[in-house]
Amino acid sequence: MDILVCIKQVPASNKVEVDPVTGVLLRNGADSKMNPYDLYALETALQIREHTGGIISVISMGPPQAKAVIREAFAMGADKGALLSDRRFGGADVLATSYTLAQGIQKMGNFDLILCGKQTTDGDTAQVGSEVSEWLNIPSVSNVRKITKVEKDGITIEMDLPNELEIAKVAYPCLLSADKDIFQPRLPSYVKKMKTKDREIKVYSLDDMGDKDESHYGLNGSPTQVKRIFPPESNDHREVWNDDGTVIADKLFHMISELKFI
Amino acid sequence: MPKLVIHQEKINDPKALTEICPFEAMEEKDGKVSINAACKMCRLCVKKGPAGAVEYVEDEKKETIDKSQWQGITVYVDHVDGEIHPVTYELIGKARELASKIKHPVYALFMGSQIEKKAEELLHYGVDKVFVYDYPQLDRFKIEPYTAVFEDFIKKQQPTAILTGATTVGRQLAPRVAARMRTGLTADCTILEMDENTDLSQIRPAFGGNIMAHILTPNNRPQMATVRYKVMNAPDRMETTHGKIIPCAIDEEKLKSNVDVLDIVMKEQEQFIESADVLVVAGRGVKKEEDLSMIQELADLLGGQIACTRPLAEAGWVDAKCQVGLSGRTVRPKLIITCGVSGAIQFIAGMNNSDCIVSINTDEKAAIFKTAHYCLVGDLYDIIPKLIEKIKAAKGA
Ligand SMILES: Cc1cc2nc3c(=O)[nH]c(=O)nc-3n(C[C@H](O)[C@H](O)[C@H](O)COP(=O)(O)OP(=O)(O)OC[C@H]3O[C@@H](n4cnc5c(N)ncnc54)[C@H](O)[C@@H]3O)c2cc1C
Ligand SMILES: Nc1ncnc2c1ncn2[C@@H]1O[C@H](COP(=O)(O)O)[C@@H](O)[C@H]1O
Repeated sequence: MDILVCIKQVPASNKVEVDPVTGVLLRNGADSKMNPYDLYALETALQIREHTGGIISVISMGPPQAKAVIREAFAMGADKGALLSDRRFGGADVLATSYTLAQGIQKMGNFDLILCGKQTTDGDTAQVGSEVSEWLNIPSVSNVRKITKVEKDGITIEMDLPNELEIAKVAYPCLLSADKDIFQPRLPSYVKKMKTKDREIKVYSLDDMGDKDESHYGLNGSPTQVKRIFPPESNDHREVWNDDGTVIADKLFHMISELKFI
Repeated sequence: MPKLVIHQEKINDPKALTEICPFEAMEEKDGKVSINAACKMCRLCVKKGPAGAVEYVEDEKKETIDKSQWQGITVYVDHVDGEIHPVTYELIGKARELASKIKHPVYALFMGSQIEKKAEELLHYGVDKVFVYDYPQLDRFKIEPYTAVFEDFIKKQQPTAILTGATTVGRQLAPRVAARMRTGLTADCTILEMDENTDLSQIRPAFGGNIMAHILTPNNRPQMATVRYKVMNAPDRMETTHGKIIPCAIDEEKLKSNVDVLDIVMKEQEQFIESADVLVVAGRGVKKEEDLSMIQELADLLGGQIACTRPLAEAGWVDAKCQVGLSGRTVRPKLIITCGVSGAIQFIAGMNNSDCIVSINTDEKAAIFKTAHYCLVGDLYDIIPKLIEKIKAAKGA
């Protein structure tokens, strides 16, 4: 079984703030980590491999530093990894990101199963997986909260819907987006980390892709454009009650009685 | 392709320039600044850097589409087994508002099996046309046939914009359709506005909700956006109906799928915090798990439900389904009382549309007070028991 997991490097802290005066983004801390939701996808791949055997590859698109998350995946047990990195991939929205990933995936080989995380903590769209499946023309299912059976011709999963669970068998090749909590991700192993520290990570640029048309990548291949960014509004209509607890409780009681909640 | 050109001679302090970039996409080597693959083209370096140091160079205009060929605003009718999800009505309300600005019709796209009767209901909300694809193969949501139907509809009707609820189904279907149409899709929009030239302004929280991004899809049609439940206002149901139902046909060859639904298991009926009129939210100001009983009691007395911030969900004190915020649920109750919640932007993003926001916090500088309508500076362990007593006394009387 050939399994591929899509992993992304994200900022370790999302505490970017906007300076209210200058409108400049302030960042605290430059650390990066693997997108936490992708750990679940990777763990799912590792669990499946324990039953079926096979090879787990990981792919990531990002700056050269993103190799770190591929190393981390090696330390968790992944076998192969490739990074798609090129300045011309910069500024990609969902469409261009998914297209680049799909091109990179085709470059890497044929996979029975592709796994994605539920969402990223920086892009936060939960859309990339589904768009990748379209480019590859394979079926996909999101909100996969359980794998119930792995067979030669397909995989049976549980999809979480608001009021029900749907159990479905999806034929290979296919793409699944794993929910958080599908499996508990293991910690990277120090031994594996040392063993894989020299393992090759393939780096592909636009020139390695099947489609070399620059207009399909990065900002140019992105139909959506960010017109501007601005800090969220704060609310001006407010009352402050800075009083003794008894007084506040009393006022609150009257307020919510008047609004007929009691 | 538009690009950033760096004029090294205009840079006095290379380090200061690289610091401007929030994505670490600028590198300095031997006094020379370059841009790497992390660049998101936010162009802050152009704006905030020394004048002329970084230049944004646009290239020849892309081939432009004829926007007048794309008419109408479509809402995808989200449903499971014909049970229409209420986000659909909220989006119809929004679509009507957007459409009136540019005098376009409002369409609903309804696909499923034996749904023709249910389609009637949509006519009570001011849709001009409901396009119905009724086939047994569309009984359950499956990605390939649903996408095929969507494609068929878009090619025939050419709507300028499509709104989809950010539900389990919507979140899978909309991206797949967007990729097939080679168009843009903006997830989880909180504000939508229509420009005269039919460009849809899509506003959503970005970077973990710390800032808002205003997004356009200027050169592609249709423009696609998803919106979470309870973000837009639901329109009132009208007694009379308006508009008509249009049955549609598609080549059944396109309805094949490699997904085989084997079984459907009903989950235990849950109470969703989205549907509560009153929410009492526990934050980290609640010190011990046992103390949640006090929060629960208040919620019960007000006929509401308990909700929580992320740390409490992560600690397992409260079910993760009760988490409010960016990585939790978006809620819009009539009354929300936050108890010991600091008001991190990721939390605020999930509740700032609530009608009446009451916040209890000991710290008068807490960020939550920027959002609250009633800022109660005090100890929740003092205020809540007293409030509970008063309510009980009033109820007993
Ligand atoms: C990408 C991302 C997504 C996130 N998504 C979410 C999300 O969906 N939802 C969410 O909630 N968080 C989310 N977070 C986390 C968020 O940033 C905050 O860490 C979290 O909301 C803080 O929870 P809190 O207010 O309960 O705790 P704290 O920030 O610790 O605040 C506790 C507050 O209680 C007050 N307090 C203490 N004792 C008392 C007392 N006795 N009486 C009254 N007040 C008291 C304190 O003054 C303080 O203000 C996210 C973070 C990231 C990076
Ligand atoms: N740059 C990337 N490189 C690799 N995988 C990605 C990338 N961006 C998104 N993904 C995958 O797509 C999923 C959803 O991402 P998003 O749509 O950004 O929320 C992630 O959990 C990853 O599995």
